[in-house]
Amino acid sequence: MDLKLDHYSKDGIEVVDVEGEIDVYTAPRLRELLIELVNNRFYQLVVNMEKVEFLDSTGLGVLVGGLKRVRAHDGSLDLVCTQERILKIFRITGLTKVFGIHDTIDEAIAARRSEK
Amino acid sequence: MATVELSFTALPAHIRTARLVATAVARRSGVDESLLDEVRIAVGEACSRAVAGHQRHCPGEPVRLALTDLVGRFEVEVTDTSAPVADGQSGADGPAATALPDGLGIAVIAGLADEVQISETDLGTSIRMSWPSSGPSR
Repeated sequence: MDLKLDHYSKDGIEVVDVEGEIDVYTAPRLRELLIELVNNRFYQLVVNMEKVEFLDSTGLGVLVGGLKRVRAHDGSLDLVCTQERILKIFRITGLTKVFGIHDTIDEAIAARRSEK
Repeated sequence: MATVELSFTALPAHIRTARLVATAVARRSGVDESLLDEVRIAVGEACSRAVAGHQRHCPGEPVRLALTDLVGRFEVEVTDTSAPVADGQSGADGPAATALPDGLGIAVIAGLADEVQISETDLGTSIRMSWPSSGPSR
């Protein structure tokens, strides 16, 4: 399974749907999309990882890089993920403390709006 | 001799193949289904690290993967022949340009594999990982 990327606006927040495998081969495409969104002034991002089948440290690096970019504009990057196999990687690396990780897109958006 | 040996050109596109082969052999070796994701991710991390090293130092040399059934263990060894390279430091344009620094890949491997042994020689690095198994299926 390759990587499929899509994005759309919802309630003023840009939602990025990611499907497939994020590894050293495919991660650059996600990185380019996040950079493109920030360049187009989308600073409130939610990355939906419910259909991600594989994530390695390269993928984590891309997400952390995206977080740094949006934070430079007082923005945010939240994640939607309920898959234990993916959450385990975030726990091992301590990144559960860095990202807001939510069960649904609506929950991620609601959490972000409540902080505004 | 390893049960299955694989060598592949040091390109990111081939790491997925290495992951798939390792997972298939682990399953056949009797590694519990609940551990197969750990095998898949740890092997992917080790191969990513090796590919990054080879692309910097010896792009023409293949990365080697050995998968071995031992008594009650399934062992994976990923061997590179590049000079030791610090994790995540493959240069701004290298395949790990998006990786986090400070040995995160190794940290992930250590967190996932049941046992890990990392050996560095003049030739390169060997990462040996193993998980419990119940022996090959007939």
